[in-house]
Amino acid sequence: MEGVKHNRFGPVIFSKYERGSAIERALAMSREDILFELKNSGLKGRGGAGFPTSTKWMLTAAAISDKKYLICNADEGEPGTFKDRVLLIEYPELVFDAMVVGGYTIGATEGIVYLRGEYEYLLDSLNDYLNGMRKDNLLGENILGKKGFNFDIRIFLGEGSYVCGEETALIESLEGHRGEARNRPPYPVNTGFMGKPTCVNNVETLATISHIIVKGSEWYKNFGTSKSKGTKLFSISGDCEKPGVYELEWGMKISDVLKLVGAKDTKAVQIGGASGVCLNSSQFDRTLAYEDVPTGGSIIIFNKKRSMLKVLKNFMEFFVEESCGQCTPCRIGNVKLLEAVKMIEENKLTFGYLKKLKELAETMKIASKCGLGQSSPNPFLSIIENFKEEIFNYAGGGEYAKE
Amino acid sequence: MFVEEKSDIIDEIDKLIAKYGRNRSALLPVLHGIQKKYRYISDFAQQEIAKKLNIHPVEVYSVITFYSFLNKEPKGRNLVRICKSIVCDMKGKDAIVKALERELGIKMGETTKDKKITLEYLNCLGLCDKAPAMAINDRVYTNLTPEKAVELVNKIK
Ligand SMILES: Cc1cc2nc3c(=O)[nH]c(=O)nc-3n(C[C@H](O)[C@H](O)[C@H](O)COP(=O)(O)O)c2cc1C
Ligand code: SF4
Ligand code: FES
Repeated sequence: MEGVKHNRFGPVIFSKYERGSAIERALAMSREDILFELKNSGLKGRGGAGFPTSTKWMLTAAAISDKKYLICNADEGEPGTFKDRVLLIEYPELVFDAMVVGGYTIGATEGIVYLRGEYEYLLDSLNDYLNGMRKDNLLGENILGKKGFNFDIRIFLGEGSYVCGEETALIESLEGHRGEARNRPPYPVNTGFMGKPTCVNNVETLATISHIIVKGSEWYKNFGTSKSKGTKLFSISGDCEKPGVYELEWGMKISDVLKLVGAKDTKAVQIGGASGVCLNSSQFDRTLAYEDVPTGGSIIIFNKKRSMLKVLKNFMEFFVEESCGQCTPCRIGNVKLLEAVKMIEENKLTFGYLKKLKELAETMKIASKCGLGQSSPNPFLSIIENFKEEIFNYAGGGEYAKE
Repeated sequence: MFVEEKSDIIDEIDKLIAKYGRNRSALLPVLHGIQKKYRYISDFAQQEIAKKLNIHPVEVYSVITFYSFLNKEPKGRNLVRICKSIVCDMKGKDAIVKALERELGIKMGETTKDKKITLEYLNCLGLCDKAPAMAINDRVYTNLTPEKAVELVNKIK
């Protein structure tokens, strides 16, 4: 795995780190101190939902059970997202060290990486990396001489389903079932994999933890805004000169990000992947932060030549395909929203019906069982609202009718 | 199916179960292994897996139909899958698809007569910074042009 490392620069995640150092540091700390550091850092989950990481670890640590699990969510299926791929290829030490730290803190003996099937080409090198850790006693029994602390990691391959990134669907999948989200509560921290307390963390959340453990929460809090601490990895793609993964402090203006990546003639920015929201140029002075525009880190840039209706159609086709079909608002709702896009294309959509569809979209947000159906109306509502003029000219052969 | 083929499948399933365990949570890894070796999971394989993991064959069937990487029908020896998600779409995936269809004489979703290649779409490969992207079996290729895509596919044995 060595040698693939690129020269990436960033204040936290891409800062210097030595393999094993978080494990070494954590094993010299009490579990309470580790939890305190995490709480003090203000770290929130980077998988999209933004749940405080310390709370999740605390709840799993407090659950009483003979067996607990720590799962690294490497399903990364959100269109426009690829930061976890970069971490796994170039910085596996950050991800795996934090899993060991997590195992120690919450009392888990087994770590499982749920790796999306599309990333199967990473499997061999990741397994080699884990073997190297075993050789150096960073995994296995009595890790680094800590009596009674046993922990190992295995990798489980997904089979091409987006919804399996949702943590309860992921657990269903691990147990050998269809990836259908579960009702919550009970939450995985109490009843997770095999009915045991399970903590599910995103790849980037884990990578950040390794740095916080070594360098301390006070250092981490130097970065970001008062409400959004630290930094975030952004997967930036689309119409720009320098697409790629960037580590940025929370609180950056969208217009500054566009400048940074060499985006010209930008008309629209989709933030948070297909399930995120689409902003127009009047909103580019907003900031990327939990208190303004929160995001799992995907930014897709569209220039003036793009048809936003085509963009929306692509997103809705994705959701129709990836809905697990378990609950009606999502299964039917997404089909209705996609139909509406086609009706606009054919100049058949009345504004009366559009009003009904907006109500449907709101219903989906409330009534869907999992985050897929709760968030899939986002692009529909934001694109229809923010690009009204363009879209309702479209069918009449407006300026952007042909890409 | 010939007896030999059947016993070959049974051997493979046994090997996989020895590796992943005789329980329900071994189901996906076992299916993955069979899919990889035979490129589909036959009715016979489904029944054997169900029997050995002590679950109903319908359960195995329903899991296979849920996951897009698992199939019940044989496909070509090589799977060429082109990303159709938003970034690849805007970076020219249509031109690549057309070039491949033209070159191979088949449409998306079809298999060449000699059973060598199946063409398919898939969703975002997580390589949007290097779009357009495609996968040939479990390897990925990025920054494609129609010409480059055709060249890669022509190299497939
Ligand atoms: C449809 C759907 C897909 C998701 N995909 C992912 C994913 O690929 N990776 C991820 O880390 N979280 C994903 N999540 C969020 C997870 O459910 C969960 O919140 C997350 O893994 C928790 O980790 P964190 O607290 O570190 O963010 C997804 C959620 C939904 C609803
Ligand atoms: S919201 Fe959609 S993906 Fe989630 S459980 Fe319901 S049907 Fe399945
Ligand atoms: S959109 Fe094609 S790789 Fe992400």
